[in-house]
Amino acid sequence: MTQALFFQYLFAGISYGVIYAIVAIGFNIIYNTTGIINFAQGEFVMLGGMISISLLHYFPLPVAIALAVVITMLVGALIEIIFIRWLDSPSVLRMIIITIGLSILIREVALHIWGESIRSLPYFIGNELTTVSIGPVRISPQVFWVVGVCGIMVLGLSLFFKMTSVGREMRACSANRTAAILCGINTRNMVTLSFMLSAGIGALAGCVMSPITYTQYDCGTSLAIKGFTVAILGGLGNSMGAVAAGILLGIIEAYSVAFVPLAFQDAISITILLIILFVRPHGIFGSSAAARLKEF
Amino acid sequence: MKRLGIKIILGAAALCMLALPVQAGTYKVGAIFAVTGGASFLGGPEARSAQMVVDAINKNGGINGNKIELIIKDSGANPEKAISFAKQLIEEEKVLAIIGPSTSGESMKIKKIAQQGKTPLISCGAAEVIVNPVASYVFKTPQKDSFAVKKIYAEMKKMGIDKIAVVAGNTGFGKAGKAQLTKIAPEYGIKVLAAETYDKKATDLTALVAKLMANKEIQAVVNWSIVPAQAIIAKNMRQAGWKVPLFQSHGFGNIKYVQAAGAAAEGIIFPAGRLLVADSLPDSNPQKKMLLKYKHDYESRYKEAASTFGGHGYDAMNILVAALEKGGADRGKIRSAIENLHGFPGIGGVFTFSPKDHNGLDINSFAMLTVKDGKFVLYDGK
Amino acid sequence: MRDSKLFKIALLIGLVIGVQALTSVTGTQYYLTQLTMSAYYALLVIGLAVVMGYAGQISLGHAGFFAIGGYLSAALTTHNLVGLQANPVIHGLGNLGMLVSGQDIYGEPLLVVAPWAACIIAVSMAAMIALAIGIPVLKLKGHYLAMATLGFGIIIYRIGLATEYFGEADGISEVPGFTLFPAIGSLGPISVSGDFGLRVENYYVAWGLLVMGLWLLLNLIDSRVGRALRAIHGSEEAAEAVGINTAGFKLKVFVLSAVYAAFAGVFLTHYNGGIGPSEASVMKSVRYVALVAVGGMANVWGTLVMGVGLSFLSLRGVFGTYDDAVFGAILIVVMLFAPDGILSMNVRALFGGRRTTDEHR
Repeated sequence: MTQALFFQYLFAGISYGVIYAIVAIGFNIIYNTTGIINFAQGEFVMLGGMISISLLHYFPLPVAIALAVVITMLVGALIEIIFIRWLDSPSVLRMIIITIGLSILIREVALHIWGESIRSLPYFIGNELTTVSIGPVRISPQVFWVVGVCGIMVLGLSLFFKMTSVGREMRACSANRTAAILCGINTRNMVTLSFMLSAGIGALAGCVMSPITYTQYDCGTSLAIKGFTVAILGGLGNSMGAVAAGILLGIIEAYSVAFVPLAFQDAISITILLIILFVRPHGIFGSSAAARLKEF
Repeated sequence: MKRLGIKIILGAAALCMLALPVQAGTYKVGAIFAVTGGASFLGGPEARSAQMVVDAINKNGGINGNKIELIIKDSGANPEKAISFAKQLIEEEKVLAIIGPSTSGESMKIKKIAQQGKTPLISCGAAEVIVNPVASYVFKTPQKDSFAVKKIYAEMKKMGIDKIAVVAGNTGFGKAGKAQLTKIAPEYGIKVLAAETYDKKATDLTALVAKLMANKEIQAVVNWSIVPAQAIIAKNMRQAGWKVPLFQSHGFGNIKYVQAAGAAAEGIIFPAGRLLVADSLPDSNPQKKMLLKYKHDYESRYKEAASTFGGHGYDAMNILVAALEKGGADRGKIRSAIENLHGFPGIGGVFTFSPKDHNGLDINSFAMLTVKDGKFVLYDGK
Repeated sequence: MRDSKLFKIALLIGLVIGVQALTSVTGTQYYLTQLTMSAYYALLVIGLAVVMGYAGQISLGHAGFFAIGGYLSAALTTHNLVGLQANPVIHGLGNLGMLVSGQDIYGEPLLVVAPWAACIIAVSMAAMIALAIGIPVLKLKGHYLAMATLGFGIIIYRIGLATEYFGEADGISEVPGFTLFPAIGSLGPISVSGDFGLRVENYYVAWGLLVMGLWLLLNLIDSRVGRALRAIHGSEEAAEAVGINTAGFKLKVFVLSAVYAAFAGVFLTHYNGGIGPSEASVMKSVRYVALVAVGGMANVWGTLVMGVGLSFLSLRGVFGTYDDAVFGAILIVVMLFAPDGILSMNVRALFGGRRTTDEHR
């Protein structure tokens, strides 16, 4: 493998990986406050893309994206209020099934609203041909948008959870819900908030990646599977772990192209993940003590 | 006990939904399309186009006074559903013929069922195996892959290209095309240096492009797919600064893919039916009237650009209508009426069926097109 | 207990015969096509119900086992081995009588694995894979278990979709019928195949297999471990505490359910005359989980009824373009309002029984 090719794979891997990481972070936010894995997370990404594309007919790009994020956040809140809020300590199994059902339902609604055709936002800077050269590698500026947005989100989230009182209250819900209630925290509102937050993040991700990956009614499912994989690999609830695991998965996928036919890419990357899971059931970056606390 | 009671009620309810009364003077026609699911970009337009034909005919009083009743079944591209629906349509609904399914895999699964049930099947699947070997009751409307491949290779010869890379989507369309590309290459003295398959949901192919680009001998890339990824590969190639010509299949015949690829679509060369350049055809072209009518009707009714995919469903329905006019309500007569259709202009080309050719199109059904300023235009060489 | 079980099974058999008689009297035998297909899906679903309901393990990858069965038997019985006759393995198989020769549609010689041998190979392969992955997978819990089973399903799906031997996106077509019993005297052979003329016998083959599978499962549930698990409302910790080998029970049930799925795959593939990659997809696995959930997790009879009923309606295309949406909605509604299945609202909740574990959050 030449040096140029090595770097091309590396950058391709990072740009895949960052997208996976953003989706995984969305999983983590809800997981951290509720212990729920929301399988409809990929659908938030799809909704963000779809709504912003529809709004682009009426508003300039930044406004369309902002509105799409807000609308998706409202959808997230609605979903939580209608389907999750009133359940009394549901089990993991039950929540997995409910959120899978939600993801199917949202996808089908999207199919009947937007049809089966593909759409995309325009490139934020330049067009399909614009690239920036870094050594031997040429990268679309949109990739920097994705990386940048991901970086700001991770930073913003960790500040939010550490510095603000709302953030601390949300973390308290995750650590010990009963204690949080005793401290006078409205845990139910915190859960709604976490759904809004993760829907917003998903929607924003859906907007920035749309020019690269396009948006279709069923693009959420495969993203959700990848994001879930990454969240598990990084240790559930660990945002930094998610970023590291996402980039790792992206790089594995990119380099696997060099050695095995592309058609087997997913099979290979998931096999590697399963092996990791069997050896370290709490993920590469998760702590086993935390995992034991969170299981069931 | 309660549960068994419910089961009995369910069973009884199912039996109550029995045989709908058959209206006198209607021709029942079945359709199996992947309206939802992984192949919905085929099945959706196909179903809408077929419905459009039927509505127009019924509005004008039907065929010799008989209205057409079109029963569209959504298989979601699942072969087991296609099988179940085919049996249901043939035995229960007693349809005169079936149009669809949208994919080759499903078509191959119900080929035998249609043949056994002596019901004409006009498939919209791409693979040649659907009509080769010929089953007397099975037809198909999309042009043969091998013609598209030959068109492309002939163009390559003119350009002096003889070492290529083949990439394809992991759909039935991609699979069939990849097989034909590798099979026919030696006839034209062309070497396939690399052949890769990508996922139909692929969102980025930068790594694949980097791998192919590292092989300096590759003079052109042929991409064979119907999925959005064909716009992505164009984009990724141009972003990587790879300047070799990109050939696409007739699966590129949807303006949405050009819009998605944007500036990267410029200069893509591909074979396609003449629908996409209908306006620029000479008036003497036998297809022109039909093409313009389809384009106008479809676009004004569904508010989206007409594509060659929808054309497959439109052709299938129109061929069947022509056969119903001659054959009436008799499956065998309909079958032979289709087989005897000559010079029938459609969207895919001018159909001339024969007992040996159940596709009815020749290599001239394809024209070479290219993308210029975001529009399809006829390709006239360099 | 035992008597009521026998009685219910007898009633089911009566119903199966009754439905067939009714369709033949009313001339609506075409219903048997979808009833046959649904029976095979139900076979998979009742196996999964025991994994989820009694062993308490979610599996988002059971379509993978179905596909292993279906794909292997389809590939073995359709791929021509004439060119490999010299190969000692093939030769050995031939000597064991596991190969059949014939002619293809062009009159060329054809040598393929006999369906019964292919069935044995396919089902044992599924069992071995289930055993191999079951040991590490079943140590995982909660979301990690969901991920692992989901991942397994995806791997199988990808292999089917990427391998030429398995027909890539088109899957495998023209799978021959599976002759279970040769012709005896005036009775014709009994063969699993989609021929219009063999509908009634195929209906009985499918339902016979389902009833047998059901009988076996009910006995397993009534076994010592099954009873113990039920007695303590499915709490694994409590079962361990009284000295029950729950890990062994879970593995056993998991492998058994994989065998059920593989049998369903083999038979349905011969019945349909082919298989495609969609049979291995995540959506299919989710659908099976939906059917188990609607039937009520630890309720084999409930899942049987819902498995047959909903598959039947879906295969008849009753839900139109809303097919997936209906299943999604069912998942949500059932899990929200009747987590124990809509047919057994009065049975104590599996989830309710897990209160001790739920409190962790």
